[in-house]
Amino acid sequence: MAENHTTATDKTVPYSTGDSKITDATIAEMREIAARYPVARSALLPMLHLVQSVEGRVTPEGIEACADVLGLTGAEVSAVATFYTMYKRRPVGDYHVGVCTNTLCAVMGGDLIFDRLKQHLDVGNDETTEDGKITLEHLECNAACDYAPVMMVNWEFFDDMTPESATQLVDDLRDGNEVKSPRGATVCTWRETERVLAGYPDGRADEGPTGGKATLAGLRLARERGWTAPGGSSNAETQKED
Amino acid sequence: MADTLTPVLSDNWDQIRSWQLSSYQRSGGYDALRKALAMQPADVVATVKDSGLRGRGGAGFPTGMKWQFIPQDNPNPKYLVVNADESEPGTCKDIPLMMASPHTLVEGVVIASYAIRASVAFIYVRGEVLHVIRRLQQAVQEAKDAGYIGTNILGSGYDLDVVVHAGAGAYICGEETALLDSLEGRRGQPRLRPPFPAVAGLYGCPTVINNVESIASVPAIIKNGPDWFSSMGTEKSKGMTLYSLSGHVTRPGQYEAPLGITLRELLDLAGGVREGHELKFWTPGGSSTPLLTSEHLDVPLDYEGVGAVGSMLGTKALQIFDDSVCVVRAVLRWTEFYKHESCGKCTPCREGTWWLVQILERLEKGQGSDEDLDVLLDLSENILGRSFCALGDGATAPITSSIAHFKDEYLAHFENGGCPFDPMASTVFATAGASA
Repeated sequence: MAENHTTATDKTVPYSTGDSKITDATIAEMREIAARYPVARSALLPMLHLVQSVEGRVTPEGIEACADVLGLTGAEVSAVATFYTMYKRRPVGDYHVGVCTNTLCAVMGGDLIFDRLKQHLDVGNDETTEDGKITLEHLECNAACDYAPVMMVNWEFFDDMTPESATQLVDDLRDGNEVKSPRGATVCTWRETERVLAGYPDGRADEGPTGGKATLAGLRLARERGWTAPGGSSNAETQKED
Repeated sequence: MADTLTPVLSDNWDQIRSWQLSSYQRSGGYDALRKALAMQPADVVATVKDSGLRGRGGAGFPTGMKWQFIPQDNPNPKYLVVNADESEPGTCKDIPLMMASPHTLVEGVVIASYAIRASVAFIYVRGEVLHVIRRLQQAVQEAKDAGYIGTNILGSGYDLDVVVHAGAGAYICGEETALLDSLEGRRGQPRLRPPFPAVAGLYGCPTVINNVESIASVPAIIKNGPDWFSSMGTEKSKGMTLYSLSGHVTRPGQYEAPLGITLRELLDLAGGVREGHELKFWTPGGSSTPLLTSEHLDVPLDYEGVGAVGSMLGTKALQIFDDSVCVVRAVLRWTEFYKHESCGKCTPCREGTWWLVQILERLEKGQGSDEDLDVLLDLSENILGRSFCALGDGATAPITSSIAHFKDEYLAHFENGGCPFDPMASTVFATAGASA
């Protein structure tokens, strides 16, 4: 199963493609992000998310822009950008599709789901389909083990997956059908996601439920049996979310 | 004697739009903040200390004591940093908490910041959870608009800013000093201690770093008092906590109970191990805590109980594996994870995890020998305790514990010339007739 963890390295990383979309407006937003922190350099991670939201990857121009705003060298920014797995040097598709293949999800079906998607999409790990729609990647634990096997689309949860539901999901994404996370919002594009991670809310926080079935498993049992913490519950008798 | 389950943190999760301020306030939200702001900061610290609350991120260090370590005579600004980088394999409690009730965390952040006299608090949340980040951003904004964050909070004269900061995908940033480096805009690599963060943390200033669940427990402690909290739990492990059951269990999910409940009791509540199968092995608190087996069903799941059987309570991430799972495959996969996530700073961890993976790969294919097991144990001994942080230590936990409990299964791989298990049998869709 070790091949799960290899990433194609034979494809060259485009250095500059000469069509950077970083503008004065981007630089202004970078300064705005830097102003949120007592020390400006703390803004580097969100600034790199912003670069990805504009460029679709971390470009040399994006690195230089971050360096200029923060008074760092390009090498210092690159050192950070290459450390974190969410920063991509190759262009990412509209939808980043992740399959958890850490131990628990893997044995519950994640390995088979990932194999099926590689075949179905005809891509390897961390590769993008020819139509530029989907980038497939295996993930490490995404903190949703009670919903294993788990997938993520643009970092929204997709729970209790099977090879069939996984292929249906990527087909829907490719066909442009509206896709909703069972514990999140309607899936937006990867670039829009990156903008939220940079600290620019998109107003979708109220979409979706409070949690799924597993989130509420213990609470529902406690309600059924009348169990509470000492002193009782102020919520036991009030209106319930379905 | 408390009830079997004691929802406190999870008590409002079934309320309509529980993530919104109005819903949270209907459940009594921010009453604790008013109470805290009427107290002296030192009294807030004392209350949390008296409650016996211990860190819920894995290490179990007393939270109130951590706050007390902040040198108030230090002229530098003080900071609170919430570790919301939940990434330990199996751990899935903070993410649902922040999704369902981000205000529980935000209220705790303001109270804790007031107690340690912090001027800015950061919530460092892993970047891979978009909707949780949205809800945190919204909750902080709602709290600002309501005057719970900002200048002169509720007329107290206390000022606080709160920043939601998204990480970028690195398990190591859950380690508190690596998190600080990351929050300073650097590669997330651990720092040598001392100095401890309480003295020289973020930007070299006094800093408290607490797990989400620890901070989220604070409003209930302030509201109901330390005796209420310590009436739950065991002698040295007080209070309620979120136990996360996952894997081959009928009803996986979050079960909030007093510390000291056993896995036998939790499995009973969750409908037992997957039908037709038996418990084979489990982790008490994530993959970095040594594996336990069906011999340990009656171990009290508190800091002392789990420690006494050679493991750790950790994050209370109970990953349940039944008899369909190959332990060698499971351990290889965790080891690949540690290899991938090693930050590369310390040689024993960086090099050691690579060697561990190579040997385990060979073993899983049935191409190893008895001697390989000795090499694995020898390597593990040379990694354990020899790096700046606990990542390398964690990498050895599944290996040494699985060899202790399941040596025969490793041997069966050589005898069989490969893995004797069918990977399809362990999947959730095994019975549905689906296949890859």
